[in-house]
Order: sequence, then C-alpha cells, then structure tokens
Amino acid sequence: MSITSGIVFQVLQSVLVVLIAPLMLGWVNQCRAWLQNRSGAGIWQPYQVLNKLFHKDAVLAHNASSLFRATPYILFGCMWLAVGIVPVLATSLPFAPAADVIALVGLFALARVFVSLAGMDIGTSFGTLGARREMMIGFLAEPAMLMTLFTASLISHSTSLVTIVETLAHRELVIYPSMAFAAVAFLMVLLAENARIPIDNPATHLELTMIHEAMILEYSARHLALVEWAASLKLTAYITIGIAMFLPWGIAQAGDWAGLLIALAVLAVKLALAGAGLALLETISAKMRIFRAPEFLGTAFMLATLGMLIHFLLEI
Amino acid sequence: MDSSILEPIEAAVTLSVIWIGLGVIGLAFMRAPRLITRAVFPAGALVSLALAATGLWAIGAPPSAAILPAGLPDLPFHVRLDALSGFFLLLLGGVSFGISLFAAGYFRDTGATALGLLSLQYHVFLASMAFVLIADDAYLFMVTWESMALSSYFLVTTEHHEEQNRKAGFIYLLVAHIGAIGILLCFGVLHGGHGDYTFDALRRAELSGFWPTIAFLLAFFGFGAKAGMLPLHVWLPEAHPAAPSPVSALMSGVMLKTAIYGMIRVIYDLIGGIRWEWGLTVLLFGAATSLFGVLFALMQHDLKRLLAYHSVENIGIILIGIGLSMVFIGSGHPVAGALGLIAGLYHTLNHAVFKGLLFLGAGAILKSTGLRNLNEMGGLIRYLPHTALYFLIGALAISALPPLNGFVSEWLTFQASLQAPLLESSVVRSLVPIVAAVLALSGALTGMCFVKVYGVAFLGQHRHELAEKPREASRWERAGMLWLALACFALGLLPVFMIGQLNNVSQALIKAGLPDEAMASGWLWLVPTSSAQASYSPLVFLLVIAAVFGLTFLVVRHVYHGRLRRSDPWDCGFPAQTSRMEDTADGFGQPIRQIFAPVFLIHREIPRADDPRPVFRQEIEDRHWNWLYSPIARLAEFLSGHFGKLQQGRISVYLLYSFLTLIALLIFLQ
Repeated sequence: MSITSGIVFQVLQSVLVVLIAPLMLGWVNQCRAWLQNRSGAGIWQPYQVLNKLFHKDAVLAHNASSLFRATPYILFGCMWLAVGIVPVLATSLPFAPAADVIALVGLFALARVFVSLAGMDIGTSFGTLGARREMMIGFLAEPAMLMTLFTASLISHSTSLVTIVETLAHRELVIYPSMAFAAVAFLMVLLAENARIPIDNPATHLELTMIHEAMILEYSARHLALVEWAASLKLTAYITIGIAMFLPWGIAQAGDWAGLLIALAVLAVKLALAGAGLALLETISAKMRIFRAPEFLGTAFMLATLGMLIHFLLEI
Repeated sequence: MDSSILEPIEAAVTLSVIWIGLGVIGLAFMRAPRLITRAVFPAGALVSLALAATGLWAIGAPPSAAILPAGLPDLPFHVRLDALSGFFLLLLGGVSFGISLFAAGYFRDTGATALGLLSLQYHVFLASMAFVLIADDAYLFMVTWESMALSSYFLVTTEHHEEQNRKAGFIYLLVAHIGAIGILLCFGVLHGGHGDYTFDALRRAELSGFWPTIAFLLAFFGFGAKAGMLPLHVWLPEAHPAAPSPVSALMSGVMLKTAIYGMIRVIYDLIGGIRWEWGLTVLLFGAATSLFGVLFALMQHDLKRLLAYHSVENIGIILIGIGLSMVFIGSGHPVAGALGLIAGLYHTLNHAVFKGLLFLGAGAILKSTGLRNLNEMGGLIRYLPHTALYFLIGALAISALPPLNGFVSEWLTFQASLQAPLLESSVVRSLVPIVAAVLALSGALTGMCFVKVYGVAFLGQHRHELAEKPREASRWERAGMLWLALACFALGLLPVFMIGQLNNVSQALIKAGLPDEAMASGWLWLVPTSSAQASYSPLVFLLVIAAVFGLTFLVVRHVYHGRLRRSDPWDCGFPAQTSRMEDTADGFGQPIRQIFAPVFLIHREIPRADDPRPVFRQEIEDRHWNWLYSPIARLAEFLSGHFGKLQQGRISVYLLYSFLTLIALLIFLQ
C-alpha cells in the first residue's frame, strides 16, 4: 500500500462516516416510528434539522464563557477523530496507529468532560443536573467499556483496533463465550453512552428525566447543530466499534479498491441492521429511574469481567 | 577521578548547599521582605532549574559518588548520583522551579518575620529533599529524611495561631515518625549486624529465609506512610490544607515522591531479589488506595482537601504501576517489569507536575478571593481567566484525558497490565486485569470530580458576594503556573523523549528495558512493546482535533454566517435563575454518596417538618479513624494512664525505684 492511497482511504472513510452519521440517526428514528405504528419524518429529517439550525442566529446567554462557545467545535473534532480511527471500511489506515482502544475511550471521555463543563457554564439548574448525571453515567460506563475492550485485546494480544479486527476476522468461526459476554456488555454500554433508552431518552425534554438534553439546553443554532451532529457521530462510532469487534467480516485493506466496494455494501447492510435492532430495543424497553442505572451498568461491568475471566479459564 | 571535570554529584551537592545558603540569607535579611520575594525565591528557582539539568545529565551518565567532609567522626556522609536519583532530581528541580516562581509572588504580602523564617524552612526543605535523593548511606538518608519531615512540619504550621493547623501538624509529625521507625528498622534488618551502613554494604548483604520479606514489609509501610498509602493516609488531607499553597504544592508534588523514590531504592536496589508476592501486595494496596482516594475526594468541598485526597489516589496509581512491575519481575518477565516500572515512574513525574499546578491554582484562588470552600465560589473564570485556563489544563491532565500527560502514564499502566497473559499463575493472571478495571474506575471518577471542581469553582454564577472584585494572579504566580501547564503539554505530547530517559533508569536499575522495536519507532509514536500491539501518538491526536476545530469554524462561517445575539439563559423558560439553583459541590457528589454509601460514614441531621429555620447538615467521615486510629489512641492513653501511676512526685518513691533497679541489675550481673 502506498502512502497516498492510504491517505485517500483515510480521508474517504472519515468524510463518508461524517456525512452518513445523521442518516444513521434518521434511519433509527424512522424504524422506531414504523415500530410504533407512526409514519415518521423520513430518514433525511436530521439533515434538514441541521441545515435549519446552521441558518439560524445563535443566541448565547449573557454570562456564557469562551469555553461554552468552543465546546461544540471540540466535540465535533473529537468525534471526527474517533470515526477516523475506527476501522469502518478498511484496516491499516495511516491515522489508525495514533490511538488504540484505550485512547479511543479517553477520547470519548474528553468529549464528555467538555460537554459537561459547558453544561455547567451558564449556571442554570438543568445544566448542572445534566452534567452531574452525565458524569455519573460516564464513570459507570467507562470501566465496563474498557473491560469489554480488554477482553478483545487479550484475545488478540493487542490494544490496536486494527490488529483486533484482523485477528478476530481471521479466526475460526465458532462462538467464543468470552466474546458473547463482551458483546452483551458492549451493547449495554452503547445504550448508556449514547443517551438511549433505557438510560436516557433522546426524544424527551421532560425536565426530570433528561440527561444529555439537559446539558445542551442552552445551545442554539450552529452550536446546537454541531453538538447534535457530534452526538450522531458518536452513535455511529460506537456502532462501528461494535461491528469491528463482533462482526468484523468483510472489511477491506487500505488501498484495495475492489475490496472497498464490497466493504461499502457490507457496511451498509450491517449499519441498517444495527439501526433497526437499536430501534427495536428502544421500542420494547422502558426508561429506567436514574438510580437504577448503576445496577444496569454494574451488570455490564460484571458481564465484561466474566467474559475476560472465561477467556483466561477456557480459551488459553 | 579527574578533578578538573565536574561530576554530576558535585553539581548536585553544590546546588543543594546553595539552597540552604539562600534560606539563611532570607533569614538574615528578614527586615527586607521585598528582597526575599524578588531575589531569594527567584534565585532558588534558578537553582531548581540547574538541579533539573543536573538530574537529566545524571540519567545518561554513569553513577558518580563522593564522600562529604561532614557527619560524625569515622562516619562520613556518602553521596551517590545514579540514573534513578537523577530522574527524581529532575522531578524535584523541574517542579520546584515553577513552585518557587509562584511563591515569589504569593508570599509578597506575608509579614516580615514570618517571611524570613518561611524562606529558611522552604529552602531547607528543598535541600533536604535533594539530599534524600542522593544519600548513599542509611545514616545520611535518615538525617535528611528527618530534616525533611521537620522543615515541612514547620511549614505546615506556618499559620500556627489556628488550632486546627497545629493539630494537623501534630498528626503529620506523628505519622511521619511512625513511617521513619519502619524505615529505620528496615535498614537494621538489611544491615544484619555486620559491616557498615553504606548502601553498598546493605546491597551486598545476603538475607535468608523470611528476612527479605520482613525488610520489604518494613520499607513498604514505612515509605507508604510518607507517601499517603491507605490506611496511613490520614495526615495528608489534614496537612495539605493547613500549609500555605506553594508548600502544599511542594509537599504533594515532590515530597510524596521522595517516598516513592525510597520505596524503589530500597526494594529494587538494596533488598533485591523481588518476589511476585511482594508485587501483589503493592498492587492490591495501590488499587485500594486509588479507589478510596478518589471516592473521598468526591465528597469534599474544601478545594485543598479535595486535592489532597487526589494525591492519595495518584499514589495508588503509581503503586499499581510499581506493583505490576514487581509481579512481572518476580515471575521472571523483566521486560514487562520494565514497562510497569516506567509507567509508575512516569506517573510519578506527571502527578508532580499536574498536582503542583492544581495546588498553585487553588492558592491563586485563595489569595484573590479568600475562599477555599467550593460551595462559595462560582463564575471565577470571568475574573481569573489565566488561572482558569491553567487550572483547566491541570484538571484535564489529572483526569487522564488525552492528549495531556496524565493519560500517557495511565495508558502505559494499562499496557503493563495487559501483559498479564505472560504470568503462569492463573489467579494472578486474572487479578491483574481486574486491578486495571479499578484503575479505569478511579480514572473515570477523577474526571467526574474535576468536572465538579471546575464547574462549581470557575463556571456558573457567583454564589458568594465578595467584598471586592477578585484580582487575577500576579505575573510571578502566573509564570509559575504557566511553567507547569507547559510541562503538562510537553510530557503529554512528546512522551517518547522522557520514556527514553526512563528506559535508561530501568536499564540501570533492573538491567532490562523496553524492547528495541519500541524504542526505535520514532519520536512521534509511543510504542510500549511493538507497534502491532499498541501505539499512541498524542501529537497526531491533538493536530486532528485542532484541524477539525479550525476547519469546521471556517466552513460554518463561510457557508452560513457567524451572527450572534446575547440574551438571558433559556433553562426551559424558568424565569428566576439564582445561584442557589445551581449544584453545589456537595450536590454534584450526591450520586456517588448514594451509589457508594457503604464506603462512607455519614452523619445526617434532617430538619423536622415544622422547623421554622430548617437546616440540612451532613458530615462524612473517614472510617479509618474508627477502626484503626481511635483504638490505637485509646490504647496509648490507657497505657500512659497506668504508667502515670508510677509518677508519685515524692523523692522517697523515686529512691525506692533506684534501689529496686540496682537490686535487679545485681541479680542479672551474677
């Protein structure tokens, strides 16, 4: 692989994922509407919302600091980097060695800290409430996420996502109990980290139940657009990490143009299925009380740890 | 030895003596406070910088030793500077440079007499830490260790007119001496009754049976008391808030690290023959310390107390790294052991830098607003923009967020723990990643804690009407903080340089370092073992985020517009927005209090429904006082009460005691 084709692949993948992220959100919402017997707004709705928000004049509270204004851009930058690192379409991309799975978790933590700080910046009751809850969910989810990733890392003797994907994609096709546990744990973390039901409800602005929405209440116009876009990027990033770890088949090598077309088609199918599955999960479950979240995420952590122990006991 | 060429050890000794000299000058000219703040402290800072350079030089140079013309007859002081001492001198010099600059501005309003004494103790404290790091015999080590404890005791009790500061100083001195007894006994065990007390002799001593383990335990708990390890941490949250802020920064940033130095020096170098069981002990204590420290930090609303508990947490993280290294070395995997050691040492340096910075930030807030209680702060970013920026950098660094320095060392610790499959024992093998999970949990909790600190102190609305508008820190203070903030960036963005130095330290200490492939991967990529296993490039990381930030900003401006309107906050349309509606520091910690309730000892006073002036009060106590310290204190009081009966105050009774003693001695002599 030459350097140039690697960089072309890298830029292609990043831009593509950034552009389709709102589509992913639209697809999930549309599926949910179908499942709830509504007609729905269509899968292009998120783009129209973003366009509308970018056109509006931004309204900022009098006492908002520069941190508040910088956060949407930082958030967007973090998520862009995240989707640049995850092998979505192809492995051995030039940016991939810049961060391994631990750095990826650190990247999400960085974004979370900034958005929480922005939530506290104006000093409103809802902003601080949201920040407090978001950090609570965050500290519960992060260890569980790391344990899931460690299980995959111990299997492939590497924390680099590329090596993990290549190891997992090329090993014998049987069910590994450790990965099964890890997959369930990962799914639970995905729901919590992306403010989905049963932890949070992205569709509500009911004061006492919201987490993510409470933090970003004060954002408007282009700032809100970037925050929303970053949220959809985060969801896509998590889903693609899940795909990379648990369904890695069909991914291309960087520079392999024929493989890229197959990889694109395979990815589209995987994402569509994952989005529909997410909508189904959200439709059949109810939102939890906030203090049930520790149990939920504690379970995720225990499952991930069990997966790792099972790997040590059975699979070495 | 060619006397014309300066050896690192000579430079280090000279610089430390200059520090003492500066302290004495400060005392002599205590009638000229401006001279002390404008000349003595900046000069001390320059000495720090020179010492840091000496340390860096010593890491690469072969060990150099000397015998000082001081000490007792026939018992001269031996000093030696090798790579390990060099690294810690670098830490001491580099961090104290920033702190001394800050101190030059911070102490400008202190009274003249107090300032003279302060300058003496401050510089003696610095010099004793330097001597601890280069001591090469047990005698000099203990002398300087004690002078370090005493000078810092006087610094802690600088504001001795307040009862609680005197109490804090007493607890500090007590625990410091319990630790010192452990260290002294450890040297005694190593000495074993023959030879002298130079480290060379102790190194050569052959211990058999369980004696090495006893020596290890004495050293571990002796140094652990100074480092603030669980359950000997109780002095830390008392002493750090009592001391003036630059001193807290020095104690937390540097002095705790001398304990880490002592631990590594004695266990790796003097005792040697590391066993994996020792490593497991260190590992488990480290994990417990880090989790406990952060949970208690989340419960605090006194900023300096909170930072002190975070020091406990970070000592735990350092111990995790060292413990991993000992487990691997003890099981015959020196390369993985080197990775753990490097992770631990790197975190030692990083913690010194960011904790120094955070304590200086707390000092700047305290000086300009007079506040230490987070619940009374708020909105400070609008008055102290520089301090706010530096504090934010420190907060992100301690929360182990990429691309700053705290993340690099935690990342290395994670990498070391993922070497677990090398281990043979399946119990240890599965225990190691669980410790990594504890590390992940405490890292995430630290993030929450610093969102709380930053959000409550710097963001939001003002909670407290101040008599006058808070003033931004002075130029000296800002320079000190800027230095440490830049160090956070440098150590975070270009870790490879320091890892290379640490690799030298590891080579010198355990005769093993990182694999060649790891060292050969260039300055941009941090690779612990091989690039297929893991790699991290903080610079690429930062550049991508910065580039996307800039591009997005430009594109949004260009394609759409940059129009902006200011208005009142929206907050779902609630009209009144007072600062009483924001979370306080305690409110922010409420989820932790609920989730981890069994860890804390909570006293609550809930008002009755018909109370006309309802007050809700709650206090959170450290359980260790109840199960460990109070029984010991009661036992000591009980015993001394009974011994007191011997003291009758009549001369005839004392004559009787002498008589009985003589009789007893006569019986023995026969």
